[in-house]
Amino acid sequence: MLGIETSCDETGVGIVRGTELLANVIASSMDEHARFGGVVPEIAARAHLEALEPTLRAAVETAGVDLRDLDAVAVTSGPGLSGALMVGVGAAKALAVALDKPFYAVNHLVGHVGADILREPGSPDRGALELPTVALLVSGGHTSLLLVRSLTDDVELLGETIDDAAGEAFDKVARLLGLPYPGGPQIDRAAADGDPTAIRFPRGLTLPKDLVAHRYDFSFSGLKTAVARHVERLRDAGDEVPMADVAASFREAVADVLTAKAIAACTDLGVPRLLLGGGVVANARVRTLAAERAEAAGVSLRIPPLSLCTDNGAMIAAIAAQRIMAGHGPSELGVGADSTLPVTVVQA
Amino acid sequence: MLLAIDTSAGTAVALVADDGRVLAERSSPDTRRHAELIGPFLAEALAAAEVDGARLTHVVAGIGPGPFTGLRVGIAAARVIALARGIPLLAVPSHEAVALSLIEGGAVAGRFAVVTDARRREVAVTVFAARLPMPVEVEPAHLVARVAFAPAEGVAAHEVAEIPAAALAHAALARLATGAAFPEPRPLYLRAPDVTLSAPKRVS
Ligand SMILES: [Zn+2]
Repeated sequence: MLGIETSCDETGVGIVRGTELLANVIASSMDEHARFGGVVPEIAARAHLEALEPTLRAAVETAGVDLRDLDAVAVTSGPGLSGALMVGVGAAKALAVALDKPFYAVNHLVGHVGADILREPGSPDRGALELPTVALLVSGGHTSLLLVRSLTDDVELLGETIDDAAGEAFDKVARLLGLPYPGGPQIDRAAADGDPTAIRFPRGLTLPKDLVAHRYDFSFSGLKTAVARHVERLRDAGDEVPMADVAASFREAVADVLTAKAIAACTDLGVPRLLLGGGVVANARVRTLAAERAEAAGVSLRIPPLSLCTDNGAMIAAIAAQRIMAGHGPSELGVGADSTLPVTVVQA
Repeated sequence: MLLAIDTSAGTAVALVADDGRVLAERSSPDTRRHAELIGPFLAEALAAAEVDGARLTHVVAGIGPGPFTGLRVGIAAARVIALARGIPLLAVPSHEAVALSLIEGGAVAGRFAVVTDARRREVAVTVFAARLPMPVEVEPAHLVARVAFAPAEGVAAHEVAEIPAAALAHAALARLATGAAFPEPRPLYLRAPDVTLSAPKRVS
């Protein structure tokens, strides 16, 4: 099974055999977005078109398979950036028709959960993914909390960001601190010697009144504004901005709210399992805090290898393979890219 | 057998024999649903011609100009088919397909312009000389504000809303016959990506 992923700024092509990972090749257009401080959709879409063919070639070569030996072709049909998704969808359909193979259009977010079932040849056995599980998927493009009862046909959205994605908040705060893009690793570095309790930045949607309607939703735009206001006040007064403390306090606010809500979902729903996915998992503080809180709450924590946490094609192929094994047929060749594909639709 | 794909205006797919006979054609003028239509059109064209991908000898891609989001779908599809089947990809400016049909149909003489909509109140224009075996570009594709567009004296403007994929295949055959080089299979964007680089704004 071959999977193509083009929902944001990474062009990913993965090849899997069931749950065995044969190739996971990713080309990123991150550098091209750097001077804009965030992903520019048109630049991402242009980069996907240029990267697709080389990435496809490299994946086939790595896996040591012939394209004609594939059983099916899978693609991310949403959610994501519309123009970017369309490049992958057009390519995947063409590949399926040219090779006379079935076509599977898969949900990106469910793909992040599916990344967990993949095994790299020779890597230690991590044991099977147990279900149901709560999944926290955090990147520059999405911040979602899911309840996954089945990877193939039962995924529920518990909550998501109502404004910026967490990764986007890292980028924006990095920018206002004068740090380059992408913000995640920069903030991490700047925060290393900082005091995470130095400044009490707001935790979005955690007040009792917010918890009624938005128990599992996230909001990072207020946090970003609070950091901006704090920095402006210091600069206006001619004071030096304590970069390390601001970065550490901001990072703590993000990690706190992400993990608190994820653990709350596990506890509320009586699901003692939490899975993390998405590029923000690369953030050490998010992982550490999740591990501490999971342990305290008696929740077992699963984190796929980092190379499979960021957007990739292998996770898309993995979900399609699961769908086939569960007896589902291919998608219609007429399905389009859906930038807001709901998580309940595992396969379009 | 050539498979031609153009998504610079609507979505168009055609299968054309080496001698130019049109074996199958699918097209829609819809300027939005390229990602949806490309799949069924490819499958239906192959089915109508009663062939599979293994019979293709060339893929022809229309490289625009045209609205980018749709244009990329066809080029991505064409590139991947060429890779999957191990056959050459021939890129043809979409306006050239129209120019060739106009010349062959005796509809033009001297110099003429092929015009397509470029959104944002602009048109994309290519000026050709009505010469065969293949049209000669006098002025490469460029954008002009629609209100300001006025072709030069003696240049007839032909605005079209669709690029027939069969005509695209014919243009590729004409280039092959004359040994003319093909352009790179990249979109004729004619416009830089739309981004504004603003400094972070004050919040207080
Ligand atoms: Zn993602």
